[in-house]
Amino acid sequence: MVNHETMNCDQVWKEISNYVEGDIAPAVRVAMDDHFHSCQRCRSVLDGTRNVIRLYSDERMIDVPSGFGQRLEKRISQTVRAQGRGWAWSRWLIPIAALALFAGGLRWGNSLIKAVQLHSDRAQWVAKIPPDMKVVVSEGEKEFHVPGCEFIRNKDKERTLTAREAIREGYVPCPKCMRKYLEPESNANVVQEPEMRAENDFADDRESRFR
Amino acid sequence: MAELNVVINDPGSGTREQDLIAQVQRGHHELFYELVRPYERRVYAAAMAILRNQTDAEDVAQEAMLKALANIRQFRAEARFSTWLIQITVNEALMRRRRERAGMIEGIDDHRDDEGEYTPRDFADWREIPSEALERKEVRQKLAEALASLDRKYREVFILRDMEQLNIQETAEALGISVASVKTRLLRARLMLRDLLAGGWDQGWFSRLPFEKGTKPW
Repeated sequence: MVNHETMNCDQVWKEISNYVEGDIAPAVRVAMDDHFHSCQRCRSVLDGTRNVIRLYSDERMIDVPSGFGQRLEKRISQTVRAQGRGWAWSRWLIPIAALALFAGGLRWGNSLIKAVQLHSDRAQWVAKIPPDMKVVVSEGEKEFHVPGCEFIRNKDKERTLTAREAIREGYVPCPKCMRKYLEPESNANVVQEPEMRAENDFADDRESRFR
Repeated sequence: MAELNVVINDPGSGTREQDLIAQVQRGHHELFYELVRPYERRVYAAAMAILRNQTDAEDVAQEAMLKALANIRQFRAEARFSTWLIQITVNEALMRRRRERAGMIEGIDDHRDDEGEYTPRDFADWREIPSEALERKEVRQKLAEALASLDRKYREVFILRDMEQLNIQETAEALGISVASVKTRLLRARLMLRDLLAGGWDQGWFSRLPFEKGTKPW
């Protein structure tokens, strides 16, 4: 335990740095002040310590390489410019992304529209039938007919509806009475799909059987 | 006797710096160099204190500045901007040193007990050395050599506290050591430098200074 009333040199040296810092208890400070008044050696240590701090705290003690400031300024400027370019680009990012989304949406929408468009010439022929045209269907049949078509079966169970309704209900046009709608404008230019060919063959076969 | 009151030329004390900080934080990064220019020497010195290599110190100083720019929004006004910069620099330098020394065995002095007492050796009558002495390159050189001769742990604490003007707590945080260790190391560093420079007087470092005949500068 240090007796603060009378500190010896060793005790003073241990506290001399804290004394210079001002980081010391008041009682210790008083004891050290008393000691410095009477001890030339410790006063020398105190003065020397203060000189060391004063000298080294001087900015002139910091020696930087020639051109350090210019190189630092250049590096910072390059970084800031690069950030600026990045920022300028990123400012366009949101509008570009929005435009891309819009374009993509349009394309997707078009693809949906195309998806419900007709996929074959045969379907296009169906599309040639006036949708409001009155047609007849009969129970147990798969085809819809022009009223009075001789190929209508179960005529006692026939009902009249529009071509649009018939198609919507899954009926297909009679290849005989609807022939004028089903044939392509130029048969030479239309390559029939195998399914279509088979159906036509079937229709022809059925026509021959009914005759 | 009154304690030493080192007057620090802190360019950050005015509102100009606060204004610059606010502008840079708002995105005016082109003003960043103007903000850090007053501290560029201290930042370099902090890096040099840790790395002791000019090329590495300059590189780390630049990296630290760019890191400060990248994190400028994290700076809070209650801290000193200079301290914040120095702490970033010390951290960068310590990381660089760890990377470069990975796998190497630390010097034995780094683990020596701090508590050993240091006894001053020179008790001649000293007087204050005039600051004009630092105008002379050889004086600065001798002071730098004396500082460089200290063990790393003493040198680092001394530079951060007495040259970079971090306080004891900030120095402890920057170096990752206790406040008690900072105080012990600081005491030893100051006393060792004092003795080293006392020897310099006898070798004529200050011979052309206008001291009274037969007295030492401190």
